[in-house]
Amino acid sequence: MNKIDFEIFKLAAECRNFEINVFNAVKNKKITIPVYLSAGQEYIPATLAYLIKKELKINPYIFPQHRCHSIYISFGGNKLKLVKELLGLKGGCSYTKGGSASIHSEEIKMIGHDGHMGTQVPIGVGSCFTSKKPTIVFMGDAAAEEDYVLSSLGWASTKKLPILFIVEDNNLSILTEKKIRRNWNMHDVAKSFKMKGYEINDNPKEISKFKKYFFKEPMLLNIKTNRLFWHSGAGQDNPDIFDRLNFEMKRIGNKSFKENILIKNYIDKLWQRQLEKL
Amino acid sequence: MAKTVRETIKYLIKSHLLKKKGKVFGQCLTAVGWVGGTLPEMYEKDGMIELSMADVAGGGIVTGSALMNERPIYVIRYQGFNWYNCPMIVNYAAKSKELWNKPCPVFVRGIGMEGGIGPVAGSSHHSLYFRMPGVKICAPMTPKEYTKIYKQYMKEKEVYYVSEHRGSFNNSKEFKNDLKGKKDLVLIAISITRFEVEKAKKILEDKGYKIGICHVLWIKPFKIPSEAYEIIKSSKKGAILLDDDYVDGISNSIANKINLKTNKSIYTMGLKDKTAGAHKKVDNLPPNYKEIVKFAKKILNE
Repeated sequence: MNKIDFEIFKLAAECRNFEINVFNAVKNKKITIPVYLSAGQEYIPATLAYLIKKELKINPYIFPQHRCHSIYISFGGNKLKLVKELLGLKGGCSYTKGGSASIHSEEIKMIGHDGHMGTQVPIGVGSCFTSKKPTIVFMGDAAAEEDYVLSSLGWASTKKLPILFIVEDNNLSILTEKKIRRNWNMHDVAKSFKMKGYEINDNPKEISKFKKYFFKEPMLLNIKTNRLFWHSGAGQDNPDIFDRLNFEMKRIGNKSFKENILIKNYIDKLWQRQLEKL
Repeated sequence: MAKTVRETIKYLIKSHLLKKKGKVFGQCLTAVGWVGGTLPEMYEKDGMIELSMADVAGGGIVTGSALMNERPIYVIRYQGFNWYNCPMIVNYAAKSKELWNKPCPVFVRGIGMEGGIGPVAGSSHHSLYFRMPGVKICAPMTPKEYTKIYKQYMKEKEVYYVSEHRGSFNNSKEFKNDLKGKKDLVLIAISITRFEVEKAKKILEDKGYKIGICHVLWIKPFKIPSEAYEIIKSSKKGAILLDDDYVDGISNSIANKINLKTNKSIYTMGLKDKTAGAHKKVDNLPPNYKEIVKFAKKILNE
């Protein structure tokens, strides 16, 4: 085990334990708004946040989509403010107007999403074009099919922007598989637009290989991953699905199990204190 | 010689770019006509940004630019193109301030025109924006009005939909309301119909009718002088509200508001409820002065 693996694990474990609390709060009807849980996918933002913020020392603009709790937490968003946001309490990170899907945080330069799939892509491209600052745009494999997403990739490539597009590819649009929706791949599309495009899985070592290209030119990474819970709400479609966090925890060993318990206790308490206010 | 609307817009945009207040985005901006001569001959290095022909993405790119503390101007060459250009302006830029306390001020120049341009591009489409919160809508038809609304936009943090009309670009005159004395009927006019109501008023007055005129610059929030309501209230027959868009949009909505305030009938005239064709006999044009006179007489003689 090396230090980097452990640091990324810690970020991912924070996300997972946070999402388990959200799951329970939805089940117990403490959260009544629609929620989009990112459990299972957290290794993507956790790895990227570590590489970009800790290693490259870059503080990018972040344009997420609706399934964004783990992005917010990984990039340093205030967890208490997110708890409040989801519970509809005063002091929520998005003034209780954003809810689960439209999280906004000036502190970490994360720009809220309006709820229409894929709009963060042209908006992120426009922001990057004007600011010329490093920008990371997240989308799902379904949002990637939006016509305005594709044309925005083309424009970002034409203008050679310092932008990184991340497709969190869980192969599903709600429950409709990718192969039913299309016969093409996003990394091929990126290449056809004359930008770097790769398809990889959410193994942090694989993601790390591309760090050298981040924000030097437009690049798209289509990262295969798994969503553990329902598209929306608290439930599970497939309990046997591969879980990156569990895999990494076993691979790293004892230290990670112990750390996970510490993180769990801390996150559980954070939630408990706010749930008592309801 | 007084400046025309065209020269005024061109001057304001040049100054906007030179002072680096924000970029100007649009499609085919640097083409032969420079959007009806309303753009200075400047290029990407100066902040005049040619977008790709992807309409929907274009609106998103401009929205993103506005998030970065700039004040982009977005040129939409025909108002009908808004159907594909406005989704991210109205759903994101207009809502960002209220949702996240993050202003996203875009100045949208929607340019109307009609006559022989078929089923989608013609006329004004400001009703599209009207139903959405967070957008201010105006339709300046004179040089002073244009300068005033631009300056106001630069002071505020809102999305502006500026409903322009090519028919006004040569205009250098200002309009005056006629809201004094007792009137038989009041004409309330929006956009290009403002030129026609001036002609209609003269014809009707020559025939002995007393006609009031109220020019509308601000559509949302809707603003007319308080005396306009008083004149309508005391008029014999109420008012006609005229627009360059379909009546089942802004016109009927505003007419209802005025009716509630004045308890008078407020009639509406705008585009007919049909699709415009390319040839003259199948076109769909805003009411001209002859049609206004005819309709006014019908009301006055009832």
